[in-house]
Amino acid sequence: MALEITAARPDPAMLDLPWELPLETWPEEHLAALPRGISRHVVRFVKLSGKVLAVKEIKADIAVREYQLLRMLNRLDLPCVEPFGVVSGRTAADGTPLDACLITRHLQFSLPYRALFSQSLRPDTTTRLIDALAVLLVRVHLVGFWWGDVSLSNTLFRRDAGAFAAYLVDAETGELHQTLTAGQREHDLDIARVNIAGELMDLEAGGFLEAGVDAVDTSNRIVERYAELWQELTGLERFERGDRWRVDERIRRLNELGFDVDELAISTDIGGTTIQIQPKVVDAGHHSRRLLRLTGLDVEENQARRLLNDLDSYRAGTDRQNDDEEIVAHDWLQRIYEPITRTVPRELGGKLEPAELFHEVLEHRWYLSERAGHDMPIEDAIADYVKTVLPSKPDEATVVGVDTVEMPVVAMFDDD
Amino acid sequence: MATVKFDEATRLYPGNDKPSVDKLNIDIEDGEFLVLVGPSGCGKSTSLRMLAGLEEVNAGKIWIGDRDVTNLSPKDRDVAMVFQNYALYPHMTVADNMGFALKIAGVDKGEIRKRVEEAAKILDLEQYLERKPKALSGGQRQRVAMGRAIVRSPQVFLMDEPLSNLDAKLRVQTRTQIASLQRRLGVTTVYVTHDQVEAMTMGDRVAVLKDGILMQCDSPRRMYDHPDNVFVAGFIGSPAMNLLDVDVADGGVKVGGSTVPVERAILDASSGKNITLGVRPEDLELTTEGQGIPVTVDVVEELGADAYIYGSTKAHQHVEADEDAEGERPFIARVDGRKPPKKGETVFLAPKTGHVHAFDASSGQRLGD
Repeated sequence: MALEITAARPDPAMLDLPWELPLETWPEEHLAALPRGISRHVVRFVKLSGKVLAVKEIKADIAVREYQLLRMLNRLDLPCVEPFGVVSGRTAADGTPLDACLITRHLQFSLPYRALFSQSLRPDTTTRLIDALAVLLVRVHLVGFWWGDVSLSNTLFRRDAGAFAAYLVDAETGELHQTLTAGQREHDLDIARVNIAGELMDLEAGGFLEAGVDAVDTSNRIVERYAELWQELTGLERFERGDRWRVDERIRRLNELGFDVDELAISTDIGGTTIQIQPKVVDAGHHSRRLLRLTGLDVEENQARRLLNDLDSYRAGTDRQNDDEEIVAHDWLQRIYEPITRTVPRELGGKLEPAELFHEVLEHRWYLSERAGHDMPIEDAIADYVKTVLPSKPDEATVVGVDTVEMPVVAMFDDD
Repeated sequence: MATVKFDEATRLYPGNDKPSVDKLNIDIEDGEFLVLVGPSGCGKSTSLRMLAGLEEVNAGKIWIGDRDVTNLSPKDRDVAMVFQNYALYPHMTVADNMGFALKIAGVDKGEIRKRVEEAAKILDLEQYLERKPKALSGGQRQRVAMGRAIVRSPQVFLMDEPLSNLDAKLRVQTRTQIASLQRRLGVTTVYVTHDQVEAMTMGDRVAVLKDGILMQCDSPRRMYDHPDNVFVAGFIGSPAMNLLDVDVADGGVKVGGSTVPVERAILDASSGKNITLGVRPEDLELTTEGQGIPVTVDVVEELGADAYIYGSTKAHQHVEADEDAEGERPFIARVDGRKPPKKGETVFLAPKTGHVHAFDASSGQRLGD
């Protein structure tokens, strides 16, 4: 059978990869990292034209299905890995047919949860990861995606101004529906809770979990955070006609959570004395969209919030409240953001994303100012940060790794 | 363990005018292995998901034991979806990997240990309980994952196409293992597949669905020997049953050049002048030229003791509405493997007495017993 490559933007260099070899035996020269542990499927990270790609060996129909699902999720603007292509029709040199490969792009500056736990942690890392996963789960559920295998290991995390942003990595079990039933959402949540508890217990058994964290209690947090967020994003609210400010208040709360309201249903009872509102279409990325519009910077939601705050103080500090916002933003970008992020020596560029670095520098300036008892200029803060803090940070641009042992559905009594 | 009852259970998706599952009635016995089978879109997965609580039930009810679970959330139903993607955790022992979900459910330590040991015994994992998954073979790891579902001792196991991503050989092997494990555990199990061979080899009973409607629910043997309608007749069995639209004659039906005897009661039950006659490939015998059904042999598949001939016939056949009734139709027969006909030859085949099935030509329902 002839090799068949399906990709939206195929890279001819793909043809140079050793497709005639089982993925497990690919030579080291192609790999971006050495494989660790055992996964449900064979997964390898490969280098290709300066990119890092994740290659997963699975049955052709499953590969195509997952590729298409990931494309749809991307089109729906959900945070998930970007599908790169499917290679099928593979045969070994002796003619044996080989399974297909699903290829996704490695998400730059993303971290598997296990990588985070092998670093020294801020005390509430676990809860911040779970909060990020709750946001992701709510977002995929809002568009009708049933995940089916929600877990920390099927998620990648990007730093987001002290918090995390979660990305869906594995859509193999997923299904896209018109809308989800309450039962489907609950089932996903239950899967999430059990998987998170298992993953935390495993970290505990390996000695990686923060002291004082109870795996079971912590896993329940996903259910609580999800319920709160779901209620805020979709719940019906009733109030008296006189309390119309509550419409604005609801929109403000949603913005605060990082969501824009695209459609809000407002209705009154027959007498018109009570009003009820319910968000119908909400869109994540309230702050990041605003920042993108103003500056062209495409960053995570909390980073955007942070940058927008700095932009606001710049505007106030330079007394330009009456100037056009876009023009001030352009100046801020040229005079503050870019010089700061460019100060980082090239060899330290792989430590943090520029926006996260900017956030860290702002934090650092706050500490320095507090210690000095007066405001420190940002230029001093970045110089000190690059000298004293940044070098000790781990490189996070291309942290790759698969090390959860997930089980294939294979014969149960095959080999012992 | 418990019985399961689908009681007029109906699922109508918003925006559809036809239900995806239409008034489904099935009574599943305690400890039974029931397989839901049918072509894609027949409602088998939807039915399973209604039982799991993942799909709403728009009309009718679902019972587990004497509990009406129709409106319960999935986790309150005491069912386990087996073969979800179970992860095994590398730093935890086999015992902890099997029992940790019970810890989440608040089961006390002694009870967890007891259930893990019981499951390990059934799964032949007793001597590995204190090891880490890394030290196990692939098959043992798979059994640990199975153990996770078993220790929960749910009332019902649910399996949705669990073997779909396996290659053919492994599928055959694994289906036998699942069936034997289910029998040892004695837990009521509902299993979904699109593969009728899987259904027939695994189930105590098989429920065939088509377009959301239950066509028949019977033991594999009964289903094979006594299909209730043309759909089941054609769907169950491999190679498939030959189905021919034939004219009713005196004391029988006209097939090719001769008359195949059919009971008077059956002929009387028919609504029209023709009926659909069904004959399984193994229920045919070679007969003399001019008798029975003339079949031109296209392919001969020799299997040693037997041979299958794949050919075509011009005898009036049961046809789909959009097909040309006068054209040639495929026809399959099993013949003696020692003297199979040759490719290109025309043979004459007669159904063995008592081995013909008759269906009403318009309703498709079985005629007679």
